[in-house]
Amino acid sequence: MESDDDYYEDDIDPDDYDDGHNFDNEDVEVDEGYLGESSVDARISSYNPDLGDDDPYPYECLSADKVVGLMNEIIREVNDIVNIPSTTLRILLAHFNWDKELLLEKYYEYEGNQERIFAEAHVISPLKSKSLARRKSGRSIEQACEICCNNYSSSFMTGLDCGHSFCKGCWSQYLCTKIIDEGMSQTISCPEFECDIIVDDAVVMNLITDQKVCRKYQHLITNSFVMCNPLLKWCPAPDCHHVIKVEYRDKRPVKCECGREFCFDCGESWHDPVLCMHLRKWLKKCDDDSETSHWISANTKECPKCQVTIEKDGGCNHMVCRNQACKHEFCWVCLGPWDPHGASWYNCNRYNAEEAKKARDLQESSREMLQRYLFYCNRYMNHLQSLKFEHKLYARIKRKMEEMQQLNMSWIEVQFLKRAVDVLCQCRQTLMYTYVFAFFLKRNNQSIIFEGNQADVEKATELLSEYLERDVTTASLGEIKQKVQDKYRYCDSRRNVLLRHVHEGYDKDWWEYIETS
Amino acid sequence: MAGLPRRITKETQRLLSEPVQGISATPDENNLRYFHVTINGPKDSPFEGGVFKLELFLPEEYPMAAPKVRFNTKIYHPNIDKIGRICLDILKDKWSPALQVRTVLLSIQALLSAPNPDDPLANDVADNWKRNEAAAIKTAREWTQKYAMSGGQ
Ligand SMILES: [Zn+2]
Ligand SMILES: [Zn+2]
Ligand SMILES: [Zn+2]
Ligand SMILES: [Zn+2]
Ligand SMILES: [Zn+2]
Ligand SMILES: [Zn+2]
Repeated sequence: MESDDDYYEDDIDPDDYDDGHNFDNEDVEVDEGYLGESSVDARISSYNPDLGDDDPYPYECLSADKVVGLMNEIIREVNDIVNIPSTTLRILLAHFNWDKELLLEKYYEYEGNQERIFAEAHVISPLKSKSLARRKSGRSIEQACEICCNNYSSSFMTGLDCGHSFCKGCWSQYLCTKIIDEGMSQTISCPEFECDIIVDDAVVMNLITDQKVCRKYQHLITNSFVMCNPLLKWCPAPDCHHVIKVEYRDKRPVKCECGREFCFDCGESWHDPVLCMHLRKWLKKCDDDSETSHWISANTKECPKCQVTIEKDGGCNHMVCRNQACKHEFCWVCLGPWDPHGASWYNCNRYNAEEAKKARDLQESSREMLQRYLFYCNRYMNHLQSLKFEHKLYARIKRKMEEMQQLNMSWIEVQFLKRAVDVLCQCRQTLMYTYVFAFFLKRNNQSIIFEGNQADVEKATELLSEYLERDVTTASLGEIKQKVQDKYRYCDSRRNVLLRHVHEGYDKDWWEYIETS
Repeated sequence: MAGLPRRITKETQRLLSEPVQGISATPDENNLRYFHVTINGPKDSPFEGGVFKLELFLPEEYPMAAPKVRFNTKIYHPNIDKIGRICLDILKDKWSPALQVRTVLLSIQALLSAPNPDDPLANDVADNWKRNEAAAIKTAREWTQKYAMSGGQ
């Protein structure tokens, strides 16, 4: 393992700065003000072990309106090439999952027999439809609607190019049912039995009078456009109606205007270093095992010495018993005494196979699996919980920053504190996902190195967390800045070492995974 | 018949005046959306000779939504479960408001002639049907005799 002294040289490369995170540079946030103070920090922060230096991941954040615009733009583009009414084109495009290249390819492949493409997409070919519809509508003065059995003048009867017509009242009711009750949009077909001709959007907008239904329809259309399009993804944040648009699909982090950062590939929070596939399995397991994991996420534990109930109210794992007569110092995660946690031989993060063996002798192997799961789950949940608490720390640090500014430090000079909390949160998030990674990992030489790196980040993170939570309020200003910067830079460098190692393992096939049920 | 849509009135009239062979459907006195239905087991099927009672209800959304139909007579059939629910596409995703009670009942009658164990609702029955069709047909015949012939329930 590398010594602690060489981390600056090791991990900071001035060229690392410009990666995908900074794509939307025009709205640089206030909290990036530290750039002016210490660009070195910025370089560390945006280093992504996954990427080469010249490998940004460009993306755009679009409002729902812009998505509709994008959809119409695609329709226009294709329309310029093939002369098909845009309503029909929208259905064709939806049929080809909005892959306009594929549509055009097929369109020309079927040259001379283009009826086929329309039939496959369940629309009447616009080349021959006009005559059919006209013949039908111009026929009689009174017509019976097959759905409601009432007679109407033919002007109140309408239909698609298939020639089946129904009264406008029935049409509107039919569309409402499909849209509101069944959530359908681009696959609504003619109401006639076994007629699969699809209703185009112009017909829908024409026949529906209820604004609410119109909005729902438009939303559904947009949604299916986004769902079909592999380069688009809804922001997963609740109530956020933004869409991220990328140039090519990848397992990369993207950040929505609302602040939510997520994995473009799977839509979960950015989860480096664990693979999407494993995260999905893990989350499913957590759901299935919610009963067992319930107690894990609880915020109270008993002091291992005096049994007084202790509530965790900060992110730091170094607990001091509130009982003044006890004051026992212990680790929240393993409940072991805190003392050895500083020592290099102590590994609170390493699942002790010896212990597990004992457990297996006593219980069946399923119990061992559960314990193994609980072991990783416990640590995962712990970081998740700590992350939820860090907003309190943000508030406290903000007060501290104001205090320091009153003591003649400039705004820019005090940004290091916020940066420190940012790094802390990043480390916790990374650590959290390393336990998911570890859960699926088979033991081998590389996994042991990984655990060593993980232990380093754990230790560094706890030191930073503890310093920010406790000492920062008591130490002198000059001392604080130096210490905080040292600590968070160290954290960040350890985190990068860890991530880089895992990614190297992906590239070189080091990782072997356990079978899980 | 206050509040009953014209469509339902017309369908009811036609069901009564031009009944389909082997099928009867009579609206309930107290609820004109509820029909007492009988279907005769089709010729050359294991249900032949049986008279099967069903209930059919036209929900508020009818005809935008399909009628609700259920067998009241016990029947051994891979697409009909223990409590008489029917697995039939036109009662679900293939429903069209242009379909009618008449067409629904005809389809159910056809389902009795041609059980479809590949789209089962009653899994155990479908399994038997696929593994040993002769035995399954024998059971279906026995059930028909026991439950769907005079003296049965
Ligand atoms: Zn009508
Ligand atoms: Zn049609
Ligand atoms: Zn968002
Ligand atoms: Zn992912
Ligand atoms: Zn204590
Ligand atoms: Zn510990």
